[in-house]
Amino acid sequence: MDTGQTILSIAAGLSLLAMIAFWVARKQALATESGGVRMHSRPGQYGWYAALMAILPGLAVGAIATFMHLFNLAAPAQGDIVIAGLLTAAAGAWYGMRSISPALRARNIIDRAIRWFLLAAALVSIATTIGIVLSVLFESIRFFQQISIWEFLTGTNWSPTADFSVGEATGESRSKFGALPLFTGTLVIATIAMLVALPIGLLSAIYMAEYAPPKIRAVAKPVLEVLAGIPTVVYGFFAALTVSPLVIEVGQAMGLNPSFTNALAPGLVMGIMIVPFISSLTDDVLNSVPDKLRQGSYALGMTRAETVKNVVIPSAAPGIVAAFLLGVSRALGETMIVTMAAGQSPNMSWNPLEGMTTITVQIAATLTGDLAFDTPATQSAFALGLMLFIITLTFNYISSVMIRRMRARYV
Amino acid sequence: MEFDSAFEARMKKRYRAERRFKGYCITGLATALVFLLVFFTDIIVKALPALQQAEVRITYVYNEESADFPSAGIQEDYYELVSRGWLRIVPKRMRDNPELMGTTEQTWALATDGVDQYLKGQYNKLSEEEQALADRMVAAGNLRLAFNTGFFTTGDSKLPEMAGLWASLVGSIYVMILTFLFAFPLGVMTAVYLEEFAPENKLTQLIEVNINNLAAVPSIIFGLLGLAVFINFFGVPRSTVLAGGLTMGIMTLPLIIISARAALRAVPDSIRQGALAMGASRWQMVKDHVLPLAMPGVLTGTIIGMAVAIGETAPLLIIGMVAYIPNAPETFTDAATVLPAQIYTWAGEPERSYVSRTALGIMVLLTAMITMNATAVYLRNRFTRRW
Repeated sequence: MDTGQTILSIAAGLSLLAMIAFWVARKQALATESGGVRMHSRPGQYGWYAALMAILPGLAVGAIATFMHLFNLAAPAQGDIVIAGLLTAAAGAWYGMRSISPALRARNIIDRAIRWFLLAAALVSIATTIGIVLSVLFESIRFFQQISIWEFLTGTNWSPTADFSVGEATGESRSKFGALPLFTGTLVIATIAMLVALPIGLLSAIYMAEYAPPKIRAVAKPVLEVLAGIPTVVYGFFAALTVSPLVIEVGQAMGLNPSFTNALAPGLVMGIMIVPFISSLTDDVLNSVPDKLRQGSYALGMTRAETVKNVVIPSAAPGIVAAFLLGVSRALGETMIVTMAAGQSPNMSWNPLEGMTTITVQIAATLTGDLAFDTPATQSAFALGLMLFIITLTFNYISSVMIRRMRARYV
Repeated sequence: MEFDSAFEARMKKRYRAERRFKGYCITGLATALVFLLVFFTDIIVKALPALQQAEVRITYVYNEESADFPSAGIQEDYYELVSRGWLRIVPKRMRDNPELMGTTEQTWALATDGVDQYLKGQYNKLSEEEQALADRMVAAGNLRLAFNTGFFTTGDSKLPEMAGLWASLVGSIYVMILTFLFAFPLGVMTAVYLEEFAPENKLTQLIEVNINNLAAVPSIIFGLLGLAVFINFFGVPRSTVLAGGLTMGIMTLPLIIISARAALRAVPDSIRQGALAMGASRWQMVKDHVLPLAMPGVLTGTIIGMAVAIGETAPLLIIGMVAYIPNAPETFTDAATVLPAQIYTWAGEPERSYVSRTALGIMVLLTAMITMNATAVYLRNRFTRRW
C-alpha cells in the first residue's frame, strides 16, 4: 500500500463509519423524541455528534502515524495504520451512539468542536510562517557552519557552483560565497525602480486625490490597478525583449556601451510595476487627510498646489513613507523581471548600464534544474532567502507601524 | 481697489506654480497610462504573427519505406520545407491507421520554422534557392499561412513550429484546481474564525499580524518553503501538480483570508443578533446566515487571489515546474508546467520565432486573468448587497 492508497482507504472508511453513526444516532434521537421525551438538541445534531465521535479518534490515529513516519520514530505498516484507525473510529462511533440521551448537549459540543476546528485552520497561517522561518533557517545554519557569516556578507566573489568536483577531490571547495555583489546589484536595481515608481506613483495619486474630476478618477484608478495585475513574467519578457534593446540603442547613440543585460531595463520596468502599489496606497492616505485641513489652507489664500505641498503631504507623510517602504520591499523581492532581464553574473558596480545580478536571481538560479541537495550551493540559496526574508519583513513591519501611526493621527 | 505691482507679480508667479504642479501630476499619471498603452501594443504586435503558421501542400506516399524513413514519402524538393516534427509523427499515424499503407494523400503539412519566418517577413536562415522555391510555391498556392491550431492543441517542443501551449494550459488548470481546493476552505475557515469566533487575545492578534505579514512576503520565499517543506520533508515529488498546487495554495491563502474577512465584516451585526435571538447557536448563525450573505464577497476575493496565483512564476521556478515538460498532466502527481512557466521557458529560447509564440502565450494568460477579474467584478456588482 502506498501513501495515497492509505489516505484514501482511511478517508473512505471514516466517511462510511461517520455516515452510519450519523444515521443511527439520528434515528435513535428521533425515536426518543417521538416517545414524547424532550431532548436538549435537534435529532440531526445528535447525528453529527455521533459522526464526530467516529471521525476524531480515527483522524487522531492517522495524524499520530503520519508524525511517527515523518520524524522516523517508527514505521508501522500502512495496512496496520488503516486497521488501527478504523477500529478506533468504530469504537468512537459506538461510544457516541451509546451516549445519546435527552440530557446530552450535542449542539454545544458540536459548536465547541467547530470552534477548535476553525482555530486549527487559522493556525495553518502561523504554521506557514514557522515553516518558512524553519526551512530557511535550518539550511542557512548548515550553510553558515561551512562559510562564515562575515565572508558571506562582505565577500566580493560569488561563484557558488564553480568547479565542485575539483573541490571535492582536494577536500577544499573552490566555490566562493561572497554575497556583496548580489546586495549591491539588488540595491542598484531597486533604486532605479524606486526612482521611477516614487515620482510617478506619488504624482498620479496626488492628481487623483486632489485634482481629478470623479469621472477621470473612476477610469484612471482601475487602469492603474491593471499594472499591478500583469504577471511579473510578462513584465520580464517586456523588459528583456523591448526595453533592454531600447536602452542599448539609446546608450550607443549617446556614445555609451550598455551591456546586453543592463540593470537599467529591469529597473525601469520594475518601477512601472510598483507604481500602482504606491499610487493606490498614497491615494488612500491622501483621502484620509481630513478636509478641514485643506479648507483651512484655502481660507488663508493658499493655492491648491501650495495646500498639497505644505499641508496635505506633511499630514500624510507617515502613510507616504509606508507606501514607499512597501514599494521597496516589492522591488527587493521581485524575481522574474530580474531573472529574465538582469543577467546572472555578479558584478559589483554602480553603473546601471552594466549587467548585474540580484539576490532573487541567484536563489532562482541555484535552485533551478537538477540539483543535489545538501551542497553549500543550494544551502547558499536558503541563506540568501533568509536575508531577503529578514529585509522585507523589516520593511513591511516599519511600513505597518507607519500606517498605524497615520491612522491614529486622524481617526 | 489697487494692488501694488509686486503683489500682482507674486500672484502671477504663484498661479504659474499652481499650473506647473498640476501639469506634473497629470504627466505622472499620463506616463503610467502611456506605458500601459505601449506595453499592450508591443505585446499584441509581437503576438499576431504566431496566430498563423506556414503549411505546405504535399503529396505524401504511404509505403514500407516511408514507414521507416518518413522523409521518403515526400518529393525530394520539399525536404527542406516540411517540418521534421511533422514527419516524425508519420510512422505513428501509420501504425494507428494501417489502412493508410499503400495510399497517396494530398495534405497540408507543417512547414519548417525557417519557411514560416520567411513568409512572415522575419529574420530567417533560408538559402536563396529555398527562398525562390518558397516564392514559387506561394504563387502556385502550395504554401500558405493558416490559422495556428497546433499552438493551442500541442505541448512544448524543441522545434519552434511544433511548440504549443496546450500542456501548460492543462497544467495551469490542474494547479489552480488544487490551489482552490487547498486555499479556499482553509481561507474561509480562518476568516470565519477570526471574524466570528475568535476571542480578543494575544493568539488572535498574533494570527492577524502574521496573515498580514505573509501577504507581503516575496513570492520566491514561498518557493523555498515549498521546496524545503513539501518536497524535502513531506516527500511530494518535484515538478508535480501536487507540489505546485500546495505551494500556490499557501501563497494565495493570506489573500483569500484578507478578502473573506472584509466580506464577513460587511454583513451587518443585526443579522447576527437576529439569528442569536431566535436561539441559533453561533455555528448555526454563521453557516445559515452570515456566510451565505458574505459568499459573493468571499468568492470575489477568491477569484482575484486565484488570478494572482495563475500568473505567478517565481515559486514554481524553485519547485521545478519550469522545465521542458511537453505532456499535459493526467493526474495530480504528474510532472507539469504552467502557463507563466511556459512563457518563461520560451522567452529564454534563442530562436527568434519563439518570441511571437511567447507573446501569444502572454495574450492567452492575460485573457485568462482578465476573464477571472471580470467575473469577480461581475459577481461583486450582481450579488453583493448594500446594507
